[in-house]
Amino acid sequence: MSELNRRKFLLRAGTGFSAAWVTANWPALLSAATHAHNAAKAATPPKFEFFTPEEAAEVEAITARIVPTDDTPGAREAGVVYFIDHGLVTFGADDQKTYREGLPELSARVSELFPGVIKFSSLTAEQQDAVLHSFDESAPAGRRGFRARPGAQNFFETLRQHTIAGFLIDPEYGGNRDGVGWKLIGREREHVFQSPFGYYDKDYPGWQSAAKEADKT
Amino acid sequence: MMVDQPRYKTSDEVDFVIVGSGAAGGILAKELSTNGFRVVVLEQGPYLTEADFTHNEIEILALDKLTNHPKLQPTTVRKTPDEKAKQQRALVYGRCVGGTSVHFTANFWRFHEIDFIERSKVGPVPGAGLMDWPITYADLEPYYTKVEWEIGVSGQAGASPFDPPRSKPYPMPPLPVKSSGVIFERAARKLGWHPYPAPMAILSQARAGRSACVNCGFCLGFGCEVGAKSSSLVAAIRVAERTGRCEIRPNSYVHRIEMDANGRATGAVYFDEKRAVHLQKAKAVVVCANGAETPRLLLLSANKQFPNGLANSSGIVGKYLMFNSGGVVTGQFEHPLNDYKGYAVSRVLHDFYELDPQKVGFYGGGGLDARFDFTPISFAFGGLPPGTPRWGKDFKAALALDFNRTMEIFCHGTSLPVENNSFSLDPDLKDAWGLPALRLTYKDHPDDLKLGNWMFARAHELFDAAGAQKKWSFPAGEQQFGVHLLGTCRMGNDPKTSVINADHRTHDVKNLFLCDGSSLVTSGRGQPTMTIEALAFRAADRITALAKRGEISA
Repeated sequence: MSELNRRKFLLRAGTGFSAAWVTANWPALLSAATHAHNAAKAATPPKFEFFTPEEAAEVEAITARIVPTDDTPGAREAGVVYFIDHGLVTFGADDQKTYREGLPELSARVSELFPGVIKFSSLTAEQQDAVLHSFDESAPAGRRGFRARPGAQNFFETLRQHTIAGFLIDPEYGGNRDGVGWKLIGREREHVFQSPFGYYDKDYPGWQSAAKEADKT
Repeated sequence: MMVDQPRYKTSDEVDFVIVGSGAAGGILAKELSTNGFRVVVLEQGPYLTEADFTHNEIEILALDKLTNHPKLQPTTVRKTPDEKAKQQRALVYGRCVGGTSVHFTANFWRFHEIDFIERSKVGPVPGAGLMDWPITYADLEPYYTKVEWEIGVSGQAGASPFDPPRSKPYPMPPLPVKSSGVIFERAARKLGWHPYPAPMAILSQARAGRSACVNCGFCLGFGCEVGAKSSSLVAAIRVAERTGRCEIRPNSYVHRIEMDANGRATGAVYFDEKRAVHLQKAKAVVVCANGAETPRLLLLSANKQFPNGLANSSGIVGKYLMFNSGGVVTGQFEHPLNDYKGYAVSRVLHDFYELDPQKVGFYGGGGLDARFDFTPISFAFGGLPPGTPRWGKDFKAALALDFNRTMEIFCHGTSLPVENNSFSLDPDLKDAWGLPALRLTYKDHPDDLKLGNWMFARAHELFDAAGAQKKWSFPAGEQQFGVHLLGTCRMGNDPKTSVINADHRTHDVKNLFLCDGSSLVTSGRGQPTMTIEALAFRAADRITALAKRGEISA
């Protein structure tokens, strides 16, 4: 089922000519649709729309320090740099300037801290972290921290937010390649779930009023 | 999918023009068109449907696809009237057909008897303009029942010993319990409290041509792809459209109510998508634009006859704003809860709904609920314990370990009506259409902050009783931002201390009605939409009766 058909299908599901049919059938149809969609997507070789290949290498190196690769995949495997690149010509166009100005600034900082070196990507991981720490202004962690505020944030904070978004977004929307971000956090990649959901509700006996429970004990 | 609708000319004098299509506007459109009236609904946002709703967090968190836009509609914020306000985001509300009900959490508690008569019961509270409602719980009860059955609420009647009386059970059983709900229920009972299945405006069973909830996990903040969330969009607007008498006109930004020389409203003036200006003529105007935009529209409509704004002879339009106090306590457990599955809230308790001010030393009360309302990205920004690194190896390890072992207890509480707390017109800042921007003035009443901290302490007790491995919260701080926008055109019998009467008619303009969060006299204990919708059903009955008696157009 193509993406368009998925949409048409959801449209019907919503307005509900046959709600019972929909409830019974749409989850299976949807997972088929998602699968086909991803197969099609994987066949297309990614190319950059905003970054030069050199810029992309620098950005990717930074994303790989924000969510590093260890015994599990990180930002690099999730293809975060492609998500950011595409984002900068679509939803994040307001942040283009932040990147255009931030990358030369990064290069200058690299040379300042490690004379003779120009490229962030050619530093060791420890050296890279030292550069990033020099950029990172610790912002207080708010409950709803993620709001793109164009121009209001420095390069590193913008890139940090974009990296996390590209690592954890629903894979249907251009990041989190192969769902590696969701695998890491333990989120199953399904569109529909059924109860029981977790450890604590699996043996739940059903609702009983407090009075009844008191009678039993 | 848009149903075929009538297309009225702007020069057609329809019976009612309704400004806003959210929780209240959608229901008034449904009821008034069902009762035989010709209705035009002007909605500033786009007409989106299930086909447009996605799980794309970027659209929601960064692009404000369903909500007011900070670039087009900037706002300013200050704490007290003697400060100059600074540009800052002051509020979030739904800006699409269906309004905030499209993306809300869907907690649907009724208010209790006390909420309507609290001033009489507790007496005056220093620093606040607490007032009784002109109606009681008993007046509203039939309409709460109507919301449950016609809009669609899942729940368990009689499960909470603190619930007010009801004339009918819920139309559907509660949604399946989540692990957060089970943890909450068991711990609360250990403490002698009375948890119960959360009443939610989400279908637990297929109903009225809509699918039951499929537990997709993208609920708060998102539009429902299967129409299971009981928004005005799916539960009211479509019924209105099927009457053949109601036109929904999206992308229509009403910025003035047109008045004649006799002090009667003649229609609503709006910008269309291309910013051309139109006047939709109507016999009466019903404003349901929310607790911020409704007072703003009255203030923007000032003219020679009403120099301080329409329906503002009292001078209190925009004042007595209430946000609801409270906040979140977060806890982590040993085993996976997988609370990312499903809707947000599955258990609530109301043991602290009415606290005795003599005993606790402050006015107020509230409810606790068990929830997980994060999505993967929002969790990475706001769900990790304090002190967790913001990037790098340890950040990644925390994400891996914590995402499915975390739950929240949300503490909801009263806000006192304080006259200085308000929405007004900023004297300098303009929106993208060149009109004065909203200015928020807000400083929490000290009792609201005391209540917040008192409720947090209860949530910590509950997490202790549940054996949480880790728990944390931040002290209740002064609010500078709101999503519950209440009390700014409040209802009352005295035209000096209220803006509308018990029929939702403004005291000053006979054919101008207001119904939304602005109508509330007190804040309830945190979940206002159920009450806004009950008021809308009741207002529709009152307005219909007035119209049929010829008391509106005379």
